[in-house]
Amino acid sequence: MAKILVDNKEVELNGERNLLEVIRKAGINLPTFCYHSELSIYGACRMCTVEVEKMGLVAACSTPPTDGMVVYTNTDRTRRLRRMVIELLLADHHRDCTTCDKNGSCKLQELAYQLGVRKVRFPEKTELKPIDTSSTGLVRDPNKCILCGDCVRMCSEVQGIGVLTFANRGSKTEVTPAFSKPMAEVDCVSCGQCVSVCPTGALTVKSEKEAVRKALDDQTKTVVVQIAPAVRVAVGDAFGEKHGEAVTGKIVTALRRMGFNKVFDTVITADLTAIEETTEFIDRVQNNRNLPQFTSCCPGWVKYCEQFHPDLLDNLSTCKSPQQMFGAVAKRFYAKEIGVEPQDLFLVSVMPCTAKKFEAQRPEFSIDGVRDVDAVLSTVELIQMIQESGLVFEELEGEAFDAPLGLASGAGVIFGVTGGVAEAALRTAAGILGGDGPHQIDFREVRGFEGIKEAVVTVGGIELKLAVVSGLANTERLIQAVKDGKANYHLIEVMTCPGGCVGGGGQPVSTDGKARISRGKSLYAVDKEMPFRTPLENLAVNQMYDKWLEKPGSHISHESLHTTYGPKRRINGAEIQIENSPQAVVDVAVCVGTGCYLRGAYEVLDQFTDLADSDKYAGLVNLKATFCLENCDKGVSVKVGDKLITGVNKDTAAATFRREVDALLK
Amino acid sequence: MLKTTEALKKVQTGVQKAIGKQKARVLLCAGTGCVANGSLKIYDEFVRVLKEKKLYTTVDVLLQAEGSDSGIVVSHSGCHGFCQRGPLVRIEPLDIFYTNVKPGDVAEIVETTLIKGEPVEHLLYHDPATGKASRNEEGVPFYKKQMRVSLQNCGKINPEDIREYIAHDGYQAIAKAVLEMTPEEVIKTVLDSGLRGRGGGGFPTGRKWQFARDNKSDKKYVVCNGDEGDPGAFMDRSVLEGDPHRVVEGMMLAGYAIGADEGYAYVRAEYPLAVSRLRKAIEDARKEGLLGKNIFGTNFSFDINIKEGAGAFVCGEETALLASVEGRRGMPNPRPPYPAVKGLWGQPTVINNVETLANLSPILLNGPEWFRSYGMGNSSGTKTFALAGHVVNTGLVEIPMGRTLREIVFEIGGGVREGHQFKAVQIGGPSGGCLCEQHLDLPMEYDSLKSVGAMVGSGGMVVMDETTCMVRIARFFMEFAQNESCGKCVPCREGTKQMLGLLTKITEGQGTMEDLALLEELALSVRDGALCGLGKTAPNPVLTTLKYFKHEYLAHIQQKRCPAGECPALKSYTIDPEKCKGCGLCLRNCPVNAISGEKGKPHAIDGDKCIKCDTCIQKCRFGAINKN
Amino acid sequence: MSPESRKFSKVDAIIRNHDSKPSHLVAILQEIQAEYRYLPEEVLTYVATALGIPAATVYGVSTFYTQFSMNPKGKYIIKVCNGTACHVKGSEKIKYLVQKELGLNDKKNTTDDLQFTLETVSCIGACGLAPAVMVNDNEVHGQMTPEAMEIVLKDIKSRKDTTEAAAAGKEN
Repeated sequence: MAKILVDNKEVELNGERNLLEVIRKAGINLPTFCYHSELSIYGACRMCTVEVEKMGLVAACSTPPTDGMVVYTNTDRTRRLRRMVIELLLADHHRDCTTCDKNGSCKLQELAYQLGVRKVRFPEKTELKPIDTSSTGLVRDPNKCILCGDCVRMCSEVQGIGVLTFANRGSKTEVTPAFSKPMAEVDCVSCGQCVSVCPTGALTVKSEKEAVRKALDDQTKTVVVQIAPAVRVAVGDAFGEKHGEAVTGKIVTALRRMGFNKVFDTVITADLTAIEETTEFIDRVQNNRNLPQFTSCCPGWVKYCEQFHPDLLDNLSTCKSPQQMFGAVAKRFYAKEIGVEPQDLFLVSVMPCTAKKFEAQRPEFSIDGVRDVDAVLSTVELIQMIQESGLVFEELEGEAFDAPLGLASGAGVIFGVTGGVAEAALRTAAGILGGDGPHQIDFREVRGFEGIKEAVVTVGGIELKLAVVSGLANTERLIQAVKDGKANYHLIEVMTCPGGCVGGGGQPVSTDGKARISRGKSLYAVDKEMPFRTPLENLAVNQMYDKWLEKPGSHISHESLHTTYGPKRRINGAEIQIENSPQAVVDVAVCVGTGCYLRGAYEVLDQFTDLADSDKYAGLVNLKATFCLENCDKGVSVKVGDKLITGVNKDTAAATFRREVDALLK
Repeated sequence: MLKTTEALKKVQTGVQKAIGKQKARVLLCAGTGCVANGSLKIYDEFVRVLKEKKLYTTVDVLLQAEGSDSGIVVSHSGCHGFCQRGPLVRIEPLDIFYTNVKPGDVAEIVETTLIKGEPVEHLLYHDPATGKASRNEEGVPFYKKQMRVSLQNCGKINPEDIREYIAHDGYQAIAKAVLEMTPEEVIKTVLDSGLRGRGGGGFPTGRKWQFARDNKSDKKYVVCNGDEGDPGAFMDRSVLEGDPHRVVEGMMLAGYAIGADEGYAYVRAEYPLAVSRLRKAIEDARKEGLLGKNIFGTNFSFDINIKEGAGAFVCGEETALLASVEGRRGMPNPRPPYPAVKGLWGQPTVINNVETLANLSPILLNGPEWFRSYGMGNSSGTKTFALAGHVVNTGLVEIPMGRTLREIVFEIGGGVREGHQFKAVQIGGPSGGCLCEQHLDLPMEYDSLKSVGAMVGSGGMVVMDETTCMVRIARFFMEFAQNESCGKCVPCREGTKQMLGLLTKITEGQGTMEDLALLEELALSVRDGALCGLGKTAPNPVLTTLKYFKHEYLAHIQQKRCPAGECPALKSYTIDPEKCKGCGLCLRNCPVNAISGEKGKPHAIDGDKCIKCDTCIQKCRFGAINKN
Repeated sequence: MSPESRKFSKVDAIIRNHDSKPSHLVAILQEIQAEYRYLPEEVLTYVATALGIPAATVYGVSTFYTQFSMNPKGKYIIKVCNGTACHVKGSEKIKYLVQKELGLNDKKNTTDDLQFTLETVSCIGACGLAPAVMVNDNEVHGQMTPEAMEIVLKDIKSRKDTTEAAAAGKEN
């Protein structure tokens, strides 16, 4: 067995990918900023520099371990280097630490303390850049960024989007979206995975605590709260509980003592979602349309689909997510039942997710300006509010959720972990299609933490092919396989975050995948202990149908629990002016966004340019190329005057131009 | 199509014969330096005058012509190296070498030299010391000690004519390699020659190849590193401009040795002429079948793409260069994996510098012993240095490794300007170090330079006299490093910024002894901690100046004085009202309008506006401006 | 055809000549900059679309290399070399002269009429002729002094007048 010596201690090599892993295995917590086991090696922070005999100083993260290496991790040179790196980073860091959102959970702060950096000998950073608060879910403070690139790699490698990039170079290097635009104007889906890897306060969750506190203080408001499944297995992390331990009861107690009038469980609408979605699914399978059906519970995925795969929007389940179903039920039915006007019922959700903040603000989810969900707190914000309230969480006695929206099935609980939504659907389908008697509950085929899982399951005599995917880069791979005809499924469950909601961007930060695995396992354990495990058995849900919703898939349930989504442009920005004349009377725009580009927008534009230049139209037409008219699913889109014409191609381009422009010229 | 050695030899003898028919050949240096001095106009003038006299001919005409029809060929050539005396003109076969030629001299050269065969005395090089004229390069001290291997053809052939390269044994090395040698034998020859990378690191070229050869893969690449970014070095430019086929052939040899069929030549954007010459060379080689499929009828296929840099010094670092070739930000990646294992698009890749590649065909043709007979110790062969700065003769100098600094600066370079004193030489660009008087007898080769904290680097050699402040030079390099840092690793990105801050503080007379200690501590940390070679060597100018010129730092800190009188913050300018006649000359010439005064009355300098550029002192005819 | 449409049709031709390969991004940007004299944001967005890569990636590359500019550059780009050799031989004075003559400063490097851009570059490889100045990639002036630089500038300005006069002449 190959071995190396780490600080005179013998360590066996066992397939570790780099020296850093071996050293950590040896029980030495070598500090790093830019190393993440799930991301590519970057090697930029140099904190893990060690001395290796015959090699000198090397960064452990990028050095392969070889038999017989003699490694020293704690020498005068390495200590001096690490302290200097910290000092240099602090010199370029906006050091308002005491009032920083990351105070206490900042890695830079922690390592500066641990390594004994007590003074920064370089001048203080004076020029501060503006903070980007444009996003609904995230806040980006460039003055806190240490350029470790974790967010950049997370967004491109795991999520496959690449919202963030390094720009400029040298000491002017910064991490920024394209063209230094605000986050809200680019293709960010607000998943918050960048936040979860950021070691400092450069990327944080946008806080809505203030709005919640204000509502709690407002006597005219009835404040109710819903808690998502994954939250209950993450809050305990901050209060010394075993990692992943479910602390549902204590959370309920804490919220009640903080002044929430009613504490409800999102799991009940997860059950409702499972029933609606499965009903829809069975209908699609039986009529063989819009397959594969993609789940739609995950707002990050929904936005991704709108931006990158508008042609798949018809395949998306029309069901709202559990959060928004809860909002609809609470504002449209429950408020009436307790005699409160919808605008006076303030609904807070506690979510493991930053994209849920974006989802709650979508125009689809409000009626007459009254939002279905008024505020979304991330798990971290809930933890902070508990701490601020002074409650000694560890000593709280657990309490039960309030009725009527507090009853849950095991299937709804596992919505918080990858594979859970699919399993809930299968349980429901087994119930619907299986007739009387006991049905299959556990579908282990769809469990596990791999990024892409496939399963073939027979339910009620129908053979169903399923795929379960988490992480958007994995999702993209799967979609390409489907589009290329290499794979084919009935149902695809998509969760944006690796491992599902347990690894959401709103959860307490953990630097490896272990936390989300323990949280996920804990959810399955909770499921197993539940008195009933399929949504169909949830009496409270059945009551909802009886009282308000008639039956799954009814007109009223469609009106309140279902929605539709449309194409979205990826980036806001200027158009390309092609013909620009002050005397022009007709404005013509051709979409050159990705969808239209791939359908030959350039050829259309080419013909339009020739026509606009021709004697007949010269000087009369302003022509521009624009990025996304948000009708991507229908072929090349053009706009003449105010009229949107879709499905133009190179054969119809000239005729379309003449017809539409002539009409306006008259 | 040249598919056999016979075909190649036939072209060679044919062209040699044709060239032999010419009565004379006028070679005009068309390197960047001479072009800047107007050599293209002189070329046109020669053509015009010769046509007028019906003496003009071309190689094409000579190739067609029967018998011994003669005429005079006018040809561009690559850089002769002695840029400072340009435009340079060589007349063959008379073996006459003219410097500082002006268009007005052309008629005289034609009349006296080309027709009568006599040298034009006043255009010959005159030794500044003895006043003695020299008919050709051999009498010019600048050339006397040189030994040209990589620059062999530069200045002798028309770089845009593949036939001339072939006439000078071009493409014979690759023919020999593919037809008579196994790749292993080629690698062994290069290993035995002791050739080390000429781009900076000095890694043995043969070993690099061996690693890439040993990594089995269907696809491998050869990359030519022509991103010569070191300020003060331009030998790669000269080779690319003056002998591009040499580089093409070098890449082919590397490709054959490691088993690659595709090459990329990465040339920095600041060298447009080099790019166009190389592009033409590749196209011509393709036309002749020297590049492409089944070269010389063998299984060996090879082709070359050109990638132009876009302005980033760091792209000279091999992993950054690969990122740039792939169309990404040129940021270095940690090694291992080394490019020889995982390089361009993840495939085994060999990256060789231009000068390294230019050494290959002579090694293959003359054998490793020949190459090893030049140089010393572990540094065999020759190295080209770009001599610049405060020396009398500036230009490109190729000498056997191991010659002393003194020989280069004083014999070849002619020493510092009259009335000035030698102070220092900066070797190896931003990664190198500043050496002083005590190093004048140091042999110029990899190991001895490393032992004193400098490096051969790419071979930039800037001489400085007593008017140069060494703290300011350290600051200059740090500013460069700071601007060119890719910004990836903390020590380089933040460290160079803070070192620059400290050096600025010291040059402004604000530095403290604590700053000096911190500067040294920081420099050592950056050296220890930076990710890539460029970052690790960025503190070298600071460390070497601290070592050899500490007294200058101390003068700035303790006495608030710049010994060289160069640091603007530590000097002030005043006008002596007694001497000033109010002529307004200084006022008009001041670049920042810091001087005011009425005509005929004494002027005054606004100290806040003054940038201490010395212009006024140089302009004043009455010595009225004082510098303190 | 309007100048804008001419430029834009070239953009698409450039992208096609490079087979829409992301590995050719640097070359594509160089050719686009040659058309527009800078890299307009909307054109970069189009490049990202055509190459199928994130706009952020294109932005990252565009801002990494000094050759690229996100702001319009002048018709004449005057590169004052500040390599070591030029630096020790007084290239700063040349820079000051150009700044003074063109009304530029360290923050503003392009004239308002978009005729001139002043850049300092780190070595154009003409060290033997230090200090050196390069105009538009094809014109090198060596052994410069502020006086000589003044003459060079005057010469360029006169060229500008003639080309504009020629253009005006054509229109008439």
